[in-house]
Amino acid sequence: MNKEIENTLFVNGQTVEIADEPNLLEVIRKANIDLPTFCYHSELSLYGACRLCIVELEGKGVVASCSVQPEPGMEVRTHTAALREMRRTTLELLLANHPQACTTCAKNTQCKLQDLAQRFGIEDVVFNRPVKERPIDDSNPALVRDPNKCVLCGDCVRFCAEVQNVGAIDFANRGAQVTVTPAYNKGLGDVACVFCGQCAAVCPTGAITPNSAEQDVMAAIDDPETTVVAQLAPALRVALGEEFGYDPGTSVTWQMVAALKRLGFDKVYDTSFAADLTVIEEAGEFIERMDEGGERLPQFTSCCPAWIKTAEHFSPDLLPHLSSCRSPQQMFGSLARRTLPEQLNTTPEKLVVVSIMPCTAKKYEATREEFHQNGKPDVDHVLTTRELAGIIRGAGLRFQDLEPESFDLPLGFKSGAGVIFGNSGGVSEAVVRYAHEKVTGERSPEVDVHAVRGEEGVREAQISMGDRTVRMAVVHGLANAQRLTEQVRQGTCPYDFIEVMACPGGCIGGAGQPVSFDENIRQKRKAGLYAVDKGLQVHHPQDNPYVAASYRDAIGEIGGEEAHDMLHTTYKTRQRIAGQELSLANSEATGQQLEVDVCLGTSCFLKGSQDLLQALAKYINTNELGEHVEVKASFCHQKCGRGPVVKIGDKTFEHADFDTVRGTIDEVMQNS
Amino acid sequence: MAVKKFEDVCDILDRQGRNPARLIPVLQEVQKIYGYLPEEVLTFIATSLDLPPARVYGVATFYAHFTLEPKGRYVFRLCDGTACHVKGSSDILNALRDKLGLSEEQDTTSDKMFTVETVSCLGACGLAPVMTVNESVYGQVTPEKATEVIDEIVKNEEDNG
Repeated sequence: MNKEIENTLFVNGQTVEIADEPNLLEVIRKANIDLPTFCYHSELSLYGACRLCIVELEGKGVVASCSVQPEPGMEVRTHTAALREMRRTTLELLLANHPQACTTCAKNTQCKLQDLAQRFGIEDVVFNRPVKERPIDDSNPALVRDPNKCVLCGDCVRFCAEVQNVGAIDFANRGAQVTVTPAYNKGLGDVACVFCGQCAAVCPTGAITPNSAEQDVMAAIDDPETTVVAQLAPALRVALGEEFGYDPGTSVTWQMVAALKRLGFDKVYDTSFAADLTVIEEAGEFIERMDEGGERLPQFTSCCPAWIKTAEHFSPDLLPHLSSCRSPQQMFGSLARRTLPEQLNTTPEKLVVVSIMPCTAKKYEATREEFHQNGKPDVDHVLTTRELAGIIRGAGLRFQDLEPESFDLPLGFKSGAGVIFGNSGGVSEAVVRYAHEKVTGERSPEVDVHAVRGEEGVREAQISMGDRTVRMAVVHGLANAQRLTEQVRQGTCPYDFIEVMACPGGCIGGAGQPVSFDENIRQKRKAGLYAVDKGLQVHHPQDNPYVAASYRDAIGEIGGEEAHDMLHTTYKTRQRIAGQELSLANSEATGQQLEVDVCLGTSCFLKGSQDLLQALAKYINTNELGEHVEVKASFCHQKCGRGPVVKIGDKTFEHADFDTVRGTIDEVMQNS
Repeated sequence: MAVKKFEDVCDILDRQGRNPARLIPVLQEVQKIYGYLPEEVLTFIATSLDLPPARVYGVATFYAHFTLEPKGRYVFRLCDGTACHVKGSSDILNALRDKLGLSEEQDTTSDKMFTVETVSCLGACGLAPVMTVNESVYGQVTPEKATEVIDEIVKNEEDNG
């Protein structure tokens, strides 16, 4: 065989070269044939469940092309009559299980099932719907789960487990009852879901969608009493255009501002302004931690709310390593609520702050109690990029024809450093642009920091600042982040500063962004943001005159008390399943027993709380103390750095060991 | 004995080497201890095996053998395999459910005395329709015979106080 034949196969008679494609499906796509599929995602493991990518393989019959290794000489046919009929039947069966309410679905016109039904010319659903209606889960502000619309492709399950290592949802039950659900059929709000929303981003139908705030925002705009202001996230400007026919990555900043003004927003500001603040606070904090000797290093960034929730659920022992800075959204909210009412001639109560974000986790972040003042959230409503597009369309605005308008001052002025926040690596680059001058007294000769840019899930860079070398890591994807937290725990983490973004590519790949079937979408949006930075006059946060003015007039000293109050926050540990405890009571609780509560949360568990609990249980059994002592295990006392934690009566013991606990119980028993 | 049960669960986990691949044997043994799989015990097992609770829940709900609800003292398992179905097992199921006020959604009486469930095949098709009550097997059951079994159990329970 000559080399040419060695590396080729035949798709519908056409010769196609095999390069390093992992499966036959990818080779077929290279021949410009768009084989339909629900469950194939190049970033996820193979599943082979949807059976839509079937092809006829000479000598082997019908196979799912996603699950076949390409081999030289293969003869593949992709749309024979038999294949077309099989695909149709598969789709008809899926449609039989699917609600027929396309027009009212959040995914209408962007649904893969709808698209394929059209492509295959299915005009009638021939089978009856056999499954009972299942309840909708809207237990949280970020995501809505409608199991009735699920086609069981498992993309969400695999994304959550493989890319994020969260595993908040999985398949449950069997046969016709199979469903994708959080543990114990709880709502997403009651389990360790971090609201990154990538499940919704990969969902081919409307089974998981962002929880829309469109109605709330329009109601606020309609209310004549309120002053409604918007903050626009960096990643929005290079993606919103996709909804209106622009090429991905095209900056539509000025039309976007114009659209918001036409919609009735009183002022339109830029979250990038707050990102400039974040850089200054976060870099200041980092330099302080370096100066104090590095005990709280590496410092993890805290801009991404999904990452923060991940750390709170899974790495509570490392919370001191997180930057205490609020995210740009919340810095903006805090500053807006404090300073805008006076400027805009209104009251804090009548000011409505709306964020427009590429992100679903931001919807949840805005509801965190840390970000409330006097019972009111700093950020009232959070819209996603797609929701904004929906509102613009709903208002009948011709987006492309809008006269460009510019952001309002002062909170609409930003440096390019604040804009590149939307890209993975952007926060790190912005911090370097600021910190270099702060540490050495001189500006780095190069503005761009190419060492932290790129695509890989974990990137590292050594940045020299005078006589110091800062070892940085940039990660996206929460599984990657969790690999680094494990290194920190083992004491083998070689970095000083770690930027974490939950979504692939950073915020530009957020779950609130337009749905796209373009494989290079993230690269295009990323390039768009770097281009916006290039086009701005100011590239360093320290050059933003309005940031300087804010410090002077409202915030006070960088990293000072006032700044901490307004711009920083605290974190708390979170249970994996809300409110669960394991009662080890021997007899009915009488209310008279001494209550001993041993924490079995992840962190205490790792520190040996189970052995402690076991020893305790044995001790109580042998000494027949069951009537007097009630032992139970709960899943987090929120003191993870000091585990194992044991509560005896109303006393709490940290770093508890068996002898202490036994001694205390004996003491109480003797006294009673 | 909740403490004893918890210790047993820990023993089981240790014996299985805390190996996530041994999840099913762990669940089988743990169900023997509790009679069912309580949610908080499943979460504890998930933590111990370093698996997400959703995965453990998925496995526990996949197999008909596992139950997340406490079962009644008397578990009626009615065969609904092909032979039994043809011989009228649905009528028996309805009769049992009517008698005990149960349904597809609620298979256990609120006093935790009776559970009625169906199984795919008990492997005794010659005796169809077949029913088991705990360890006893009843063949060629009719709706009347089935409800009589309930009456007998109730009577025995009353006699024994």
